[in-house]
Amino acid sequence: MVGIVVVSHSERAAEGISEIAAEMAGDTRIEPVGGDGQGGIGTVPDAIEAAIDAAAGGDEGGDAGDLDPVVVLVDLGSAVMNADVAVELSDAEATIADAPVLEGAVNAAVAATDPSATVESVREQAEAARDVDKL
Amino acid sequence: MTEDGAAAVAAVAAVAERIEAERDHLTELDSAIGDADHGGNMARGWAAAAEAARDLDDPDTGTVAKTVGKTLMSEVGGASGPLFGGSLVFAAAELDGGVDAETAVAFAETYLEKVEDRGDARVGDQTMVDALTPAVHTFKKSIETDDLPPIEALAKAVDAAERGVAFTVPIRARKGRASYLGWRSVGHQDPGATSTLFILEELLAVAADRLGVDAPETDATSPTIPDEDPDEGASEDD
Repeated sequence: MVGIVVVSHSERAAEGISEIAAEMAGDTRIEPVGGDGQGGIGTVPDAIEAAIDAAAGGDEGGDAGDLDPVVVLVDLGSAVMNADVAVELSDAEATIADAPVLEGAVNAAVAATDPSATVESVREQAEAARDVDKL
Repeated sequence: MTEDGAAAVAAVAAVAERIEAERDHLTELDSAIGDADHGGNMARGWAAAAEAARDLDDPDTGTVAKTVGKTLMSEVGGASGPLFGGSLVFAAAELDGGVDAETAVAFAETYLEKVEDRGDARVGDQTMVDALTPAVHTFKKSIETDDLPPIEALAKAVDAAERGVAFTVPIRARKGRASYLGWRSVGHQDPGATSTLFILEELLAVAADRLGVDAPETDATSPTIPDEDPDEGASEDD
């Protein structure tokens, strides 16, 4: 199974995007994370790392070898850098998708329900959202 | 506490004090081209870092650097958190075997590399990289090629950083929030490059103080950095 993390400067935006993606996600773990930890706009590496670990199944016991890989969706600027730091800190195999956060999260959720899904296939599908036309 | 560790704790305290003193200055620079939070964010982060460093029990320099980096990462916010803090955590590993001229160069190079990678910025983008790159290159050259004592190498690095900060003024921002301004970013001094210079100045001041020497004056006499006006010097020889 591949886990998904949604990172936004706004905690509520991360939660809302995760809510939309979860409709398509079956049993996939989707962890929203955002905000500066003091009720404001921003992101914190430690919180993103915790979300990655949770999406990897780290909260369900077992050692590092049992962790699922994780695809991380991010919004803008410093959120990308903080997610990058969190990916380095985490014991789980995590990778950032270069994709729009909402569309990418929905695509990733659908891709993750495929029984043969891998971290690469989920990231690729998330990144395919860059080419989605709306009109 | 090791002598190095005590010096590192003192350096962090000096940086925190300096950044606090420059808070309004940094905010003013940032308000011209960004979101006016650099002074407040850095002051808050370095105050927390100084406290965290002070609370360490008998640390070596690597531990101080790691602790300061982690604290900055969680307290500074914005892009400065991962850039200043994340890079410091990473580079701190170079100091695990102790601090000497060789590990100091390795630390500086790793720090620069991490800032460049994380921020995807290069010289000329109007970022802290414009101050950091000449400082690190000058430090390395002064140690490895000119065989200077580390304190003199650091003084030259500070001098190089100062010129790097000046270089950010007449160029266009290519990274960070200032890049959204396009050509309107030209003519503004980069806040991150400026705070990088302040940090280096404090490291030099504390190192000189610990060694019981005056911080070396290097401006315009440096073999690595030419006179401001080389033509003037040349005409005297004629």
